[in-house]
Amino acid sequence: MNGNSDVLISVRNLKKYYNKGEIRALDGISADIHKGEVVVIIGPSGSGKSTFLRSLNLLERPTDGQILFEGEDITDSSVNINKLRMKMGMVFQHFNLFPHLSVLDNMTLAPRKLLKMNKADAESKAMELLRKVALEDRAKAFPAQLSGGQKQRIAIVRALCMSPDVLLFDEPTSALDPEMVGEVLDVMKDLANEGMTMVVVTHEMGFAKEVATRVIFMDDGVMIEEATPDQIFDNPQSDRLKTFLAKVL
Amino acid sequence: MTFLLSMPAWLQKLYDDFKLNFIDKDRYNYIFKGLGITLEVTFFAVLLGIALGMVIAIIRTTHDKNISDMSMGPAKVIIKILNLIAKLYLTVIRGTPVVVQLMISYFIIFASSNNKVMIAVLAFGINSGAYVAEIIRSGIMSIDNGQFEAGRSLGFNYVQTMILIIMPQAFKNILPALANEFIVLIKETSVSGYVGLQELTKGGDIIRSQTYSAFMPLIAVALIYLVIVIFFSKLITLLERRLRNNER
Repeated sequence: MNGNSDVLISVRNLKKYYNKGEIRALDGISADIHKGEVVVIIGPSGSGKSTFLRSLNLLERPTDGQILFEGEDITDSSVNINKLRMKMGMVFQHFNLFPHLSVLDNMTLAPRKLLKMNKADAESKAMELLRKVALEDRAKAFPAQLSGGQKQRIAIVRALCMSPDVLLFDEPTSALDPEMVGEVLDVMKDLANEGMTMVVVTHEMGFAKEVATRVIFMDDGVMIEEATPDQIFDNPQSDRLKTFLAKVL
Repeated sequence: MTFLLSMPAWLQKLYDDFKLNFIDKDRYNYIFKGLGITLEVTFFAVLLGIALGMVIAIIRTTHDKNISDMSMGPAKVIIKILNLIAKLYLTVIRGTPVVVQLMISYFIIFASSNNKVMIAVLAFGINSGAYVAEIIRSGIMSIDNGQFEAGRSLGFNYVQTMILIIMPQAFKNILPALANEFIVLIKETSVSGYVGLQELTKGGDIIRSQTYSAFMPLIAVALIYLVIVIFFSKLITLLERRLRNNER
């Protein structure tokens, strides 16, 4: 157990190697994520930031290291990862809505099957969330009928239907047309303002500056800098971060 | 029957031919009984094929998707052994002709049994299972891995994700290939005569051997297969359209 009670996720010396250590996607990452924090992870492509995020709910199985979620080591094989994943929502770059289900069914499938919610309760909760993202009129639509921005907003509320303790975002705006990025970021900002704990991998520096409580800069599978957005963007310490910012800003 | 006398000669010949092959000595029974057996064997072989194919496909995909992530343990050993058995089954079944498999079933494996229908169902079902397995496997593999990850990230376990998210989508994609497999299967049962099972083709052939007239019985048999296949294709087209409808 971690001494600090408001630590939600504690990552210790996380490593992910491919080809018996030839490729080191993650090479010893340690970080704590506290309740209510919005942690934004930035870095060049191939820096390991997505691998790190996907390790947090074990979509990627780390080679070594520990991940404590609410005090439990999720890398321990005796832990029921499915139970823990219910409390860790995830939003993907390519939305990954279920194309054979309507928007409403996409949202209520997991609550009904996993939380044993009855249909009426699950649907009223889903409708409430749809209203929040101004998509209540698309409840009966199928994913193929939605725009990219709409799909991603649905993907976010689908994750919220499980009432997770943390939301993981894996480049949520990278597959969107530029004019749709804003509507998704707005939803994420609202969530952050409501106190949702979020870990976000993104290339949207504006979002990082405005919303993040903390920014982590990764490169080559290691954490180079970790600080408030002001410090990261206005007073970068390492050369690598300076070079990176010069390219993206 | 005076009106028959006024028929043109060729029609008269056709009628005589028809009467000889189907009416005389109730020979139509060979066709109808044969058709019944063909349908019976096909129906149960299809069921067996789907069940077997599903199991084999799930073993193969579970192995291929997870083996690199699994830590050494009993689960890994079991899935490896199951995968090996599945691969052996696919190789042997797809590598040998179905007639040979049927004869091995009848003359060797079930030599003591005389239940020809059961033996044919088993032989064709086991044969079809191998092809269905590969069709289902291709269907599962055709679904984007993101679908799988989305299911798992919500908290569904492997089996729930397969049943609730992957399979319904895969089924839609493989429906044409699956329908084709069943069309092949119903026609494949025509070799059952090799073990003396009197299905449709054999029924027609028995008539031919009695009447020494090949045209009528063989054309009749061919037409019946054709009608069944057309009917079945139509059914699948309707089903496909229904399944696609809710996506747009």
